[in-house]
Amino acid sequence: MELFRSHVLICGGTGCTSSGSISIEDAFKEELAKHNIANEVKLVRTGCFGLCEAGPIVIVYPEGAFYSRIEAKDVQRITEEHLLKGRIVTDLLFKEAVVEDQVRSINEVDFYKKQQRVALRLCGVINPEDITEYIAFDGYKALGKVLTEMSREDVIEAIKKSGLRGRGGGGFPTGLKWEFTYRAQGDQKYVACNADEGDPGAFMDRSVLEGDPHSVIEAMAIAGYAVGANQGYVYVRAEYPIAVNRLQIAIEQAKEYGLLGKNIFGTGFDFDLEIRLGAGAFVCGEETALLNSIEGKRGMPRPRPPFPAIKGLWEKPTLLNNVETYANIPQIILNGAEWFAGIGTEKSKGTKVFALGGKINNTGLLEIPMGTTLREVIFEIGGGIPGGKAFKAVQTGGPSGGCITADYLDTPIDYDNLIALGSMMGSGGMIVMDEDNCMVDIARFFLDFTVDESCGKCPPCRIGTKRMLEILDKITEGKGELEDIDKLERLAENIKASSLCGLGQTAPNPVLSTLKYFRDEYEAHVVEKRCPAGVCQELLTYHITDACKGCTLCTKACPVNAISGERKELHTINTETCIKCGACVDKCPFKAIIRK
Amino acid sequence: MKSLEELAKIREEALKKVDLRSEREGTRIVVGMATCGISAGARPILMTMVEEVKKRNLQQVTVSQTGCIGVCRLEPIVEVYRPGEEKVTYVEMNPEKAKRVIAEHIVNGKVVDEFTIGAAK
Amino acid sequence: MPKEILTKENFQKLEVVIEKNKGKKGALMPVLHEGQKIFGCLPLEAQKRISEALNIPLAEIYGVITFYSQFTLEPKGDYTIGVCMGTACYVKGAQKIIDRIKKEANVEVGATSPDGKFSLEATRCIGACGLAPVLTVNEDVYGRLVEADVPGIIAKY
Repeated sequence: MELFRSHVLICGGTGCTSSGSISIEDAFKEELAKHNIANEVKLVRTGCFGLCEAGPIVIVYPEGAFYSRIEAKDVQRITEEHLLKGRIVTDLLFKEAVVEDQVRSINEVDFYKKQQRVALRLCGVINPEDITEYIAFDGYKALGKVLTEMSREDVIEAIKKSGLRGRGGGGFPTGLKWEFTYRAQGDQKYVACNADEGDPGAFMDRSVLEGDPHSVIEAMAIAGYAVGANQGYVYVRAEYPIAVNRLQIAIEQAKEYGLLGKNIFGTGFDFDLEIRLGAGAFVCGEETALLNSIEGKRGMPRPRPPFPAIKGLWEKPTLLNNVETYANIPQIILNGAEWFAGIGTEKSKGTKVFALGGKINNTGLLEIPMGTTLREVIFEIGGGIPGGKAFKAVQTGGPSGGCITADYLDTPIDYDNLIALGSMMGSGGMIVMDEDNCMVDIARFFLDFTVDESCGKCPPCRIGTKRMLEILDKITEGKGELEDIDKLERLAENIKASSLCGLGQTAPNPVLSTLKYFRDEYEAHVVEKRCPAGVCQELLTYHITDACKGCTLCTKACPVNAISGERKELHTINTETCIKCGACVDKCPFKAIIRK
Repeated sequence: MKSLEELAKIREEALKKVDLRSEREGTRIVVGMATCGISAGARPILMTMVEEVKKRNLQQVTVSQTGCIGVCRLEPIVEVYRPGEEKVTYVEMNPEKAKRVIAEHIVNGKVVDEFTIGAAK
Repeated sequence: MPKEILTKENFQKLEVVIEKNKGKKGALMPVLHEGQKIFGCLPLEAQKRISEALNIPLAEIYGVITFYSQFTLEPKGDYTIGVCMGTACYVKGAQKIIDRIKKEANVEVGATSPDGKFSLEATRCIGACGLAPVLTVNEDVYGRLVEADVPGIIAKY
């Protein structure tokens, strides 16, 4: 066996790959070969470390040195200084990894310190393309335990007792779902995994598949044993090529090791797994639509009941959970239901992964115990709002969720609290907005999304959301009337009540929650024809402030000659002729031109 | 996969590949690896240390490297930090001496006085 | 210039794909995915062949293709520019990036430029929110963009 004195972990998640981690790996290969230490230092391409903001990320063990925003040209220094001479290159470390000239290891950095990683346990720790690394970290031990020591009922009981709830959006108790499928009558049953992560701004499922695909495979095999299924399907979005590729490799390796296939652990249990690709339809994240899509049909939802647990794929009982939910299962089996139930709040157990994005310093993926407050997430782990701007709201739950304002920052995060605030957990997207974001525009953005993604099967969603979008367009263009706001509210309630599936039922949420907390912004658009955040183009006017030095650059830049003024004197803009192109703002060296 | 034993065996093998990445408390062995240390032969010592720790399956021991320790004429230098004990600095090391340090100091807790910086003076 | 896609070679490749998937349950989606890789889109002639081979009505196949945004009936430009319009990117100004591309590459969203070089798409979240705003040109990804980066990127192709 080869011995390595150092391990260099290079993030191979989508974020870091996009910012060039592959060229870094090549550069390391070259440098290690040049210095003849390729047999002493091991290169490992891992899944996502979560702190995408700092990508591409390179971690060097045993020190746990956390290098961030590394470029290929930095590799030579890291090799010559750190790997050869043992001097950590402090100026390339993540900024928070150096405190008072002391180097801190990755686990001591604030972003990671407050997290508790269950689902993301091995993301960024193992090489996802090597099954033995997963096994080294107790991989497939849970499957072995289940198959050799536990009855099917024991497994279901354990999941029920753990209090685990679906991580994909609805938050339905996972153990109950397993029990329903277990009890359902059928000669053939299926297990399916929802990896059609469509909420914009959420990417935890992708990260699990990219960083730790075996945990999902293991969990699905456990589920198959518990409910009595021998065939599983993972439905992945085609937009995630790296995840699909890693999952494919993982499935092949599991088959090779006999952890998928016939007679697993010599117990007579057979289980097989297949990947099915989505093709760009958000509605396929809805469970019944997803089933239709796997069957090769248009991904339109079916009425429920019957629920998939009774009649799912090809009319057979089917267990459907999402990626993050599955990723918790092996840990629950190994550490016990009590351990899992000991984390979190009374009704929401365990941890939840959030994708933190938008106007926030530490964009990335984090996993926290349920019950952590929004404030801790945004200001401690997330590092607050960049540029000294004021926090305005955080949007959770994607197009199905809503906004939460500064007043509620101390709310502990769990399923029920978020719903009480008019938002929802959803799949865990968390987008932070600052004072420069217009809430009407954000609502319009999400409506635009749902109108585009509505499958067209039921009229409330197909027609209703379209009408809502038209009203929002009117308002953002300054043509709104006061009664439009009431109309919007009425429509929203009706669509919620009468749509067929979750997509339509939750589509009005972004509008309802922004109306609830930011009604004044809507009214400003309608009554004063003004966009307080300065976003809605049609409502803006350009003005020149006293900072103007009369340099005349703006007059030359204006394509419609709307700016006038003498040289070295204050200029003015004729708002009637101005077409709001913004050319003058870009040209002004004194930042004297403002939008309001 | 035919049995739990088989899985345990694969795990045992695989663990050796990854245990570098787990956080460990306990003994830290640091080898001076600046230019002077390297030219004096620090790298074979580092590798010997790593190998010995693996071979003996010492769980709570980290072997890492550091920059110049400051007494270049006594290189290669190895420092051993053990919780609750004073730092011990070994000088003019070679792979054979490194093996003895592991066997006597790290495993049995007895400092190898003859190699320490005190003895060198 | 549009390339000839209905070649004998392409149809032979399609046969291999059909053969591989034929017995599977729900074979249509995998076949369409592979088919699009072969032809660059899903032309009627290919749909007809799939219909016969899998014994699925042509109308149903057409229905499935037009339902999913990733399937296309017509060939795309040489380079497909995808601007991520996920929430994180939108909040960080993806709309401005799109507007600039329209101007620089002379192409509308969802269409192909007259010279057949660029297709422009407003894509769903590609999950690289840490780098927002993001755009892709075929396999290349550009992140942390500002509007002024656009001309330089276009010029590369």
